Amino acid sequence: MIRGVKGSLLAAVSLAFAGCAATGDEAKSAGDKPAAAEKPVKFNKDPYPSTYKAYPSRSTVVRGVTIFDGEGGRIDNGTVVLVKGKVEAVGAADTPVPADADMVDGAGKFVTPGVIDIHSHLGDYPSPGVEAHSDGNEATAPTTPEVWSEHSVWPQDPGFSRALANGGVTSLQILPGSANLMGGRSITLKNVPSRTVQGMKFPGAPYGLKMACGENPKRVYGGKGRMPSTRMGNFAVNRATWAKAAAYKKKMDGGKAVDRDLAMETLAGVLSGEILIHNHCYRADEMALVIDMSKEFGYKVSTFHHAVESYKIADLLAKEGICSAMWADWWGFKMEAYDSVPENIPLVYKAGACTIVHSDDANQIQRLNQEAAKALKSGRRMGIRISDEQAWTWLSYNPAKALGIGDKTGSLKPGKMADVVLWNGNPFSAYTRPEKVWIDGALMFDAMDPKRRPVSDFELGQPGEGDVK
Amino acid sequence: MMRALFLSAAALIAAPAAAQDIAIVNAKLVIGDGSAPVEGGTVVVRGGKVVAAGAGVAVPAGIERVDAQGHYVTPGIVAAFSRVGLTEVDAVSGTNDRSATRSRFSAGLDIAPALNPMGSPVAVNRASGVTRAIVAPGSSSNLFAGQGAVVDLADDMEMVTRPRALQYVAFGEDGSAKAGGSRAATFLLFREQLLAARSYAGNPATLAEWGNDAMIQRADADALVRVIDGTTPLFVRVDRAVDIVNVLKLKGEFPALKLVLVGVTEGWLVARELAAAKVPVLVSPLTDLPGSFEQLGATQSNAGRLKAAGVDVAVGVFDDDDAHKMGYATQYAGNLVGLAKLPGASGMTWDQAFASISSAPARAVGMDGSIGSLRPGRVGDVVIWDDDPLELGSRPTAVWIDGKAQSLTTRQDRLRDRYATPQEGALPKAYDR
Repeated sequence: MIRGVKGSLLAAVSLAFAGCAATGDEAKSAGDKPAAAEKPVKFNKDPYPSTYKAYPSRSTVVRGVTIFDGEGGRIDNGTVVLVKGKVEAVGAADTPVPADADMVDGAGKFVTPGVIDIHSHLGDYPSPGVEAHSDGNEATAPTTPEVWSEHSVWPQDPGFSRALANGGVTSLQILPGSANLMGGRSITLKNVPSRTVQGMKFPGAPYGLKMACGENPKRVYGGKGRMPSTRMGNFAVNRATWAKAAAYKKKMDGGKAVDRDLAMETLAGVLSGEILIHNHCYRADEMALVIDMSKEFGYKVSTFHHAVESYKIADLLAKEGICSAMWADWWGFKMEAYDSVPENIPLVYKAGACTIVHSDDANQIQRLNQEAAKALKSGRRMGIRISDEQAWTWLSYNPAKALGIGDKTGSLKPGKMADVVLWNGNPFSAYTRPEKVWIDGALMFDAMDPKRRPVSDFELGQPGEGDVK
Repeated sequence: MMRALFLSAAALIAAPAAAQDIAIVNAKLVIGDGSAPVEGGTVVVRGGKVVAAGAGVAVPAGIERVDAQGHYVTPGIVAAFSRVGLTEVDAVSGTNDRSATRSRFSAGLDIAPALNPMGSPVAVNRASGVTRAIVAPGSSSNLFAGQGAVVDLADDMEMVTRPRALQYVAFGEDGSAKAGGSRAATFLLFREQLLAARSYAGNPATLAEWGNDAMIQRADADALVRVIDGTTPLFVRVDRAVDIVNVLKLKGEFPALKLVLVGVTEGWLVARELAAAKVPVLVSPLTDLPGSFEQLGATQSNAGRLKAAGVDVAVGVFDDDDAHKMGYATQYAGNLVGLAKLPGASGMTWDQAFASISSAPARAVGMDGSIGSLRPGRVGDVVIWDDDPLELGSRPTAVWIDGKAQSLTTRQDRLRDRYATPQEGALPKAYDR
């Protein structure tokens, strides 16, 4: 029945576009008929399903290479075997390899899992950053859990290709912006070019809900003369919304008919643990309050994003099992970013809390490995012992786990997706670049082959088309 | 081994006020002029100035010696285009003096009294090895943004090295927005304001005659006269290839203009024209996205291609945070070294890359005789590094500015130390300092 509703609505919409003369009445009658006959049912939770399929791949072996496995392991003079889009084996020089595989000499080079950026706005704030492309903040109400970032993603954003070629990014989460307390659903993508966003959607990845603490929501809505205009207003609006969501969920769980409410569906999904909370929050004291709010209403925060003051409460974050997604050294652009320290990332790591390096930026997503390297050095300088291979967990396995895809990607374990980067040197050096990037075993970027360099529709026929970028 | 170095640096920092005469020996010495590092080098600073630097330099008798233990010793980084000192917290408007968009003045604005040497961005940038900066105003209500300065990042009240060292103007989309909505308006307004200034210079009474119809205020005219005669370099933000060509043509009408182009994202498309015009450029080298339609050709190979074409290229950090993170200059320069290894890409050698963040910006602003390298006669801005300065996360272990040893402790360090263990002890964290 659900399918019927969707089908008839789609038919009506396409009719309206095709004829340019179809009336609203036609659309209405077409859509209303099946709905009127319907009984309470569970809503389709995946109405825009992923159409991503791994691109064709060849069995590939990289030999004689230094491997960071993404879970803190390291193998020198190692062998990586990729078969049928999966990691087949990772081991020492004597690891058996298939006879028909493409052989890559990894001497002096490094292999890592693909970088995963847990915080990106590629596609919903794409390049060029013209007003017509500003699709990241539905800043018309302080809570908009009903909007889905995937409906804003422009797959032709040239930024995706830069993140691939310069950053070795193989998966990324696209979040709504932080104007709203509840900004809407996020989406996790495979970093492959596609005609549609569905063709990029990471199969089986859970949805996220973007929330935001602090300055942005109160500034945006206070500036419009409406609530919230203070931090206490932020919490009041959040709590009232969660209370409503809890009541909605109770009704749904009791099998009662509910009117469709897209906002409440998202929040009910959070309360039932299906949708993960990604909470933009800078200040330590606010994070601690959010943790209490999550307990008050029975949900869990997956990750605090930006989290410049995580170092002040790293013990609390470790105890609660909440990740911090951080920059290496961004600071001073706003009041809540004033107490940033370059040791934030290593201090969170040292406390045993989940540590992630994120970008929130179309430029820094191209060098998250370099951001991690700076944080690593800052940590070592203050005496925190961190190996290179441990630091790589910040870039792939930890974000994968925080996104709910840690069983599929983020580390080089047999059976996992072959999302892999070959770097032409130590990836924690400024002098190193990705040489090859595989996604599900398919070679999607090769620095040695200009034909393996994606060019978006937008850049086709423009100055610099197909250039090194 | 390191302890000796740290102790000696700490001892120097105890008395920061006076310039010392020092010799830094046993250095992997980088002069900053594009020459290769010298092993076992020595740099001698007397009276706040470099008197000698190189291999086999004799250490004068009685002078204090600092053993660099084989570490890199370089001139301080010169931030090529920045707003350091003009802002503390960008989004806190009272602390942010970048722009004066409600002022009735434009070209006449002078940032010197807006600079705050005590602000924490100065200390943080200094601790990352930046000792001098070219600081430009952001924007005014009119086309010309005003006059910038060359500054030092020393721990004292006098920040200005050269006041009114540049006039800043944006062409392209930003300039068009200021001038009335079209590049046609930008070029006309630019010309009319310069011509008005020239009339004023010939006969100061003209401004009074024009009254309310004057194109500019007296203070603006004073500043623009110095632009027309080449006394003040004119820094022009421009990105689109054809806009670059059109800006270069301005020299036809105003031949004494001392142009320096900033941004130049599509510069590689007109590299030959730029080289022929002998106009230096300041680029933010990792800009590689078509952020606007005037940056369609953006590529990280821009700096390398311009350099290869014979353009004088300085590297800055300004399509990023331009006040707080000047230390990114070393990372960006390091990336240019990495690019040189990539097939099809253009970058720089290590020596060129380092020069692009020291002597090249100094030359662009016409001050390479006094800052930006360790050649004799330059200011005693010297940095000892813990590792390769262009590598990620390398930091200074000692910094001198004008021969004075500098504090490298920042507010961030204090916060880090307070929360090295986050748990509170017998008393709250507020007592821990």
